Amino acid sequence: MPAVQETVDRVREIDVEQYKYGFVTNIESDKAPKGLNEDIIRFISAKKGELEWMLETRLDAYRRWLTMEEPDWARVSYPKIDFNDLYYYSAPKKSGYGLKGLDEVDPELLATYEKLGIPLREQEILAGVEPKNRVAVDAVFDSVSVITTFKEGLAKAGVIFCSISEALREHPDLVKKYLGSVVPISDNFYATLNSAVFSDGSFVYVPEGVRCPMELSTYFRINEQNTGQFERTLIVAEKGAYVSYLEGCTAPQRDESQLHAAVVELVAMEDAEIKYSTVQNWYPGDADGRGGIYNFVTKRGDCRGVRSKISWTQVETGSAITWKYPSCILRGDDSRGEFYSVAISNCHQQIDSGTKMIHLGKNTSSRIISKGISAGKSQNTYRGLVSAHRKASNARNFTQCDNLLIGQDCGAHTVPYIESKNASAVFEHEATTSKISDDQMFYCLQRGLSEEEAVALVVNGFVRDIIQQLPMEFAVESQKLISISLEGSVG
Amino acid sequence: MALLEIKNLHTRIAEDGTEILRGVDLTVNAGEVHAIMGPNGSGKSTLSYVLAGKENYEVTEGEVLFNGENILEMGPDERAMAGMFLAFQYPIEIPGVATITFLKAALNSQRKARGLDELPTPDFMKLVREKAKQMNITSDMLKRPLNVGFSGGEKKRSEILQMALLEPTLCVLDETDSGLDIDALKVVSNGVNALRSPERAMIVITHYQRLLDHIVPDIVHVLSAGKIVKTGGPDLALELEKNGYADYIGEAA
Ligand SMILES: Nc1ncnc2c1ncn2[C@@H]1O[C@H](COP(=O)(O)OP(=O)(O)OP(=O)(O)O)[C@@H](O)[C@H]1O
Ligand SMILES: [Mg+2]
Repeated sequence: MPAVQETVDRVREIDVEQYKYGFVTNIESDKAPKGLNEDIIRFISAKKGELEWMLETRLDAYRRWLTMEEPDWARVSYPKIDFNDLYYYSAPKKSGYGLKGLDEVDPELLATYEKLGIPLREQEILAGVEPKNRVAVDAVFDSVSVITTFKEGLAKAGVIFCSISEALREHPDLVKKYLGSVVPISDNFYATLNSAVFSDGSFVYVPEGVRCPMELSTYFRINEQNTGQFERTLIVAEKGAYVSYLEGCTAPQRDESQLHAAVVELVAMEDAEIKYSTVQNWYPGDADGRGGIYNFVTKRGDCRGVRSKISWTQVETGSAITWKYPSCILRGDDSRGEFYSVAISNCHQQIDSGTKMIHLGKNTSSRIISKGISAGKSQNTYRGLVSAHRKASNARNFTQCDNLLIGQDCGAHTVPYIESKNASAVFEHEATTSKISDDQMFYCLQRGLSEEEAVALVVNGFVRDIIQQLPMEFAVESQKLISISLEGSVG
Repeated sequence: MALLEIKNLHTRIAEDGTEILRGVDLTVNAGEVHAIMGPNGSGKSTLSYVLAGKENYEVTEGEVLFNGENILEMGPDERAMAGMFLAFQYPIEIPGVATITFLKAALNSQRKARGLDELPTPDFMKLVREKAKQMNITSDMLKRPLNVGFSGGEKKRSEILQMALLEPTLCVLDETDSGLDIDALKVVSNGVNALRSPERAMIVITHYQRLLDHIVPDIVHVLSAGKIVKTGGPDLALELEKNGYADYIGEAA
C-alpha cells in the first residue's frame, strides 16, 4: 500500500470525536420560544433594548425573507432546514446587558473561555505580555456578548469596540448610518434572515486618522442545542484609519447540525485600511458526517473612499457546510481588495467558498490567493467572481487557486466567473491541482517523520504564503490547527 | 552480528511485476564502507529504496536483517528511527517548507523516538549552523524551501547535512557525487569521512573512482542485472574504471 494511501486511510479514521472544543457548558439560559415569527423578533429586539427603527428594520427583513427561496446553486447538499424548529435567541442568565463587569459574569462562562484559551481578564493579559501583542476581545456566547475587553483603553484612542447590541443603544446614529449599507437587508436569503433575527456580534469604529492601537478580535461560541447563531458585525474605518480585526469560532459537538448565519459589513473610507482575519473552527461533524455547523455567511467590504484597502484572510478548518464569499466592492478610485484563503475539508465536510471582487472605480486592484486542501470524502469548491464595470478603467486582478488533494474520495472544484465591461481591465487567473506525492511522503518518512507529521509539513508548506498574512500570534495557532484538522491527533 | 545482512533478495515493481533484484546477497559490518558500482539500470537505486522501505517495490524472496532484526515489515519511518539513512540520487522538493524547518522536524521526531527531549531552538540553531558550515551551506540556503530550486550540488550537500544531523548507523549514499564540482566533491567527501566510525557503516553507490579516491572503501561490489556479480577490494574499482563492465555483464545473465 503506497504511503499516501495509508495516510488517506489514517485521515479517514480520524476520530473527530477528539475535536477539542467539543465540550458543552452547563449553564442556565434565557431562551426565546422555539420557532420564528414576528413575536420572536419583537422578543429579541426587546431583550436588546433596541430603538423602534431597529425593530422596524428587523420586521421588514423578516417579511421579505418569507418571500425568498433558499439558494441551491452552491455545490453543497444537506437536508432541508426547518426554520421553525430552531431557537433564535439564547443567552446565559448572568451575562450581557446590564452587567457591570467581569465579576458579575457567571463563573461557568469564565471557565469556558479559560478552557478555550480566550483571555478575558485584562490584568492577566497585561501581565507578562508585550504591550504590542495585546489583543482586545469581544466574547459572544450563543446570542449575546459576554464581555468586551480593553474598551476603556481603546476609547482613549477614540476607537469604539463593543457588542453590536451595545452600539445600538449607545451609538444608534452611527450604527444606523452604516448598518445594512454594505449588505442590504434583501441581499440574499441568509443575510435577510440575519437582518431579521441577528442577536449579537461586534461593532468597531475607528475615527479619522486613527491607527487602532491593538488587534481587535471577537470570539464566537455556540453552546445551546438547536440554537442558531446569527451574528452581525460592522466595522467602520474613517478617513486614514487602520484596524486589524480577527474572529475565531468554536462549538460543542452535537449529533444535530446547527445553523450559523452571520453578516459582516466593512466600510473603509478614503485612505483607510481594514484587515479582517478569520480562523474558523466550528465543529465539523463526526467521521460519518453527523452533526456539525452549517455556516452560511455573508461577508462584504466596501472600499468606499479613494485609495482605501480591505483584505480578507481566512483559515477555514471547521463546519460541516461552509457557504461563504467574503467580497470587496472597489468603489473608490485606486482602492484595493485582497482575499487570502486556506480552506481545509476532511471527512464529510463540504465547502463552497470564494470571493467577489467588484471593480467600480478607476485603477482599482485586487488579489485573490486561494488554497484548498481536501481529504477524506470531502468536497471543496472555490467559487469566485471578478468583475469590472464600465467606469473601472485600468482595473487589475490577479487570481491564483491552488488545490491539494489527499486521497481518492475527495473532490476539489474551481469555478471562476469573470465579467469585464471595460476593455482596459486586466484579469489574470491561474489554477493548479496537485497531490501530496508518494515521493514526498517517502522522503519525509525516510527522515523519520511520521505520516501525520509529513502530511502536516507538506500542507503547511502549501499554505505558507497565506499564513504569513495573519497576525503573528494567530499564524502559529493556525499552523497547529491545520495540522490537527488533518492528523489523527485532533486535540 | 553484522549490522546489515541481505540474503537472496528478490524484488519486483509492484505495479507491473518487472523483476529488478534477482538474488542479492550482501553483508555489511559496523565500521565498514562498501562501494556498489554497476551499469545504469542494474538495480542500485532499487536496492537502496528497498532497504529504506519504499512502497512501490515488492519483495518476493529473501530477507533483510538490520541489527539482526527483519526490517522488511517495518515502515520507512521506523527504519529511519532504527538508524537507516538514504541520501537520495534525486532529492525531493518540498515547496513552502524551509530547509531549517524540515531539519528541525526530522531531528526532533527522531529524538522523540529515542526518548530524548526536543532540542531547544537555540541549541538546535547552534548545531545546524556548525554542521551547515562544514557543508558550505549558507544560512540563506537554510531558509529556502527544501530542494526547491537548489542546484544539483546544493541538493547533494543538503542530503549530507541531513545525514550529519541525524547521525544514522547505516548510511546509504546513492550517487552523491553526481553533479558535484571538484570543490563540492571534497566538501561532501570530508562530510562523509567525518561520519566514519566503528559503530557506523556506509554503502556508497557510485559510477566513479574519483569519489572513491576521497571516500576509500573497504569492499567494492559490482551489481549487474539485479545481482552482485563480483566483490573485491578497492582495486576492483580501479580495474572497472579501466576496463568497464563488459566482463561482468555476461555473468549475470
Ligand atoms: N517504478 C518503476 N517502474 C518501471 N521500471 C522501473 C521502476 N523503477 C525502476 N525501474 C527499472 O528498474 C531498473 C533498475 O533501476 P535502478 O534505478 O535501480 O537502476 P540504477 O542501477 O540505480 O541505475 P543508474 O546507474 O542509472 O542510477 C531500470 O531498468 C529501471 O528502469
Ligand atoms: Mg540509480
